Amino acid sequence: MHIDWSALGQVAVVSIGIAVGVVAIFALGVRALSQREIDIESGSSGTLPLTGALLCFAACAIVVLYSIYLIVPQLHQH
Amino acid sequence: MTHISLLVIVVIITALAFDFTNGFHDTANAMATSIATGALRPKVAVLICGVLNLAGAFLSTKVAQTISSGIVNDKLATPAIIFAGLIGAIVWNLGTWLLGLPSSSSHALFGGLIGAVWVGAGVNGVHFDQVISKILLPAVASPLIAGIAALIATYLAYQINRRTREGPVTSGFRHGQTISASLVSLAHGTNDAQKTMGVITLTLISAGALASGATPPYWVIAAAGLAIALGTYSGGWRIIRTMGNRLTDIAAPQGFAAEASSTAVILSSANLGFALSTTHVVAGSVLGSGLGRRLAQVRWSVAGQMALAWLLTLPAAGAVGAIAAAIAIQGTVGVVIIGIAAVAVGVTVYAVSRREPVTAGNVNDVGPIGAQREALSPAS
Repeated sequence: MHIDWSALGQVAVVSIGIAVGVVAIFALGVRALSQREIDIESGSSGTLPLTGALLCFAACAIVVLYSIYLIVPQLHQH
Repeated sequence: MTHISLLVIVVIITALAFDFTNGFHDTANAMATSIATGALRPKVAVLICGVLNLAGAFLSTKVAQTISSGIVNDKLATPAIIFAGLIGAIVWNLGTWLLGLPSSSSHALFGGLIGAVWVGAGVNGVHFDQVISKILLPAVASPLIAGIAALIATYLAYQINRRTREGPVTSGFRHGQTISASLVSLAHGTNDAQKTMGVITLTLISAGALASGATPPYWVIAAAGLAIALGTYSGGWRIIRTMGNRLTDIAAPQGFAAEASSTAVILSSANLGFALSTTHVVAGSVLGSGLGRRLAQVRWSVAGQMALAWLLTLPAAGAVGAIAAAIAIQGTVGVVIIGIAAVAVGVTVYAVSRREPVTAGNVNDVGPIGAQREALSPAS
């Protein structure tokens, strides 16, 4: 019986890293979006938090696209 | 196709029936947390899940060329033995569905096949070392990894937004959930329909209707995809309720963290060649997201029941598969007896489920944690 501990370790590190990273970035985006509302209510433009939010969501979108690439075999097999 | 025997047709129908139970057992994996947080309305959630499972079945080309990924010796698996194994898996799936327990359909199938091969072809047909490295190890490791990921992710999501207004947080994470849940559905579709396609294809090969090493005919892909999609769409509301509401109370940020963790574990392990059960992964994520939110509680009694069901899946489905095999290998009469018995079990389970139905309408009607305990304790 062969147990590939290093592959198991890789799965653990990769999945915990990606999941925590994506959720944290998404959470920052949500926070920035809420800050924009507060800014607009107090009279300022809210451009800076909006930019930050868009950057965060764009980063998450890239991870989603990469996930679809991994899920659909036609995309990564030739 | 004219020389396909009645037995082969029976096996194909049984495999599709298993595929259907697989679908309604696993809708919860993708959609339970989104339904619980209100990110998706129940009917919409199961529709998305069904469509993506169908799409996944057609998308995936890495079709399973083994019935059991090497856990049993496929060469010994005659149509009667495969039939008995499928019956073991279906009976276990129906029973756990009635109790609302999420349990792995892959484990049920493996268990049923192990039992059937053991009795039908001898103990040498079962590769027990593979059972440990391919079934038991991932079953322990994957929920643990997913749970840790969801715990840290949930904690961070709440820390980052501890001063943010509640409205934008909920709506923001709900939007995120629709995407993360869809990814879980699609990943599920590309994986799980393959199991049934593999079983049907190898049955056709063993019956001589297909050449050895043939890929599944188009109608097999379509039938397997439709069976799992219909099963998914029919909901499996009992299991959705357990996963989304009874295990812990889930808010949108937790749901998102749980789904993101599940997707990450499923994809990274598929990429590195681990076969694992989406059920185990998602349950681990949901528990982790419950623990990661401060003051959130986990109903450990429900988690305990679930863990017990996981432990029993392999031996229980195996026992049913073994009994079914003992009778089915006697010949056509045996197969007919097992078939009738399985239909009777299905009808009985359905009849019992109607006494206390769980539907799209009441799937979220579960009191907050603590309410049950207070209700039980006498007023002082």
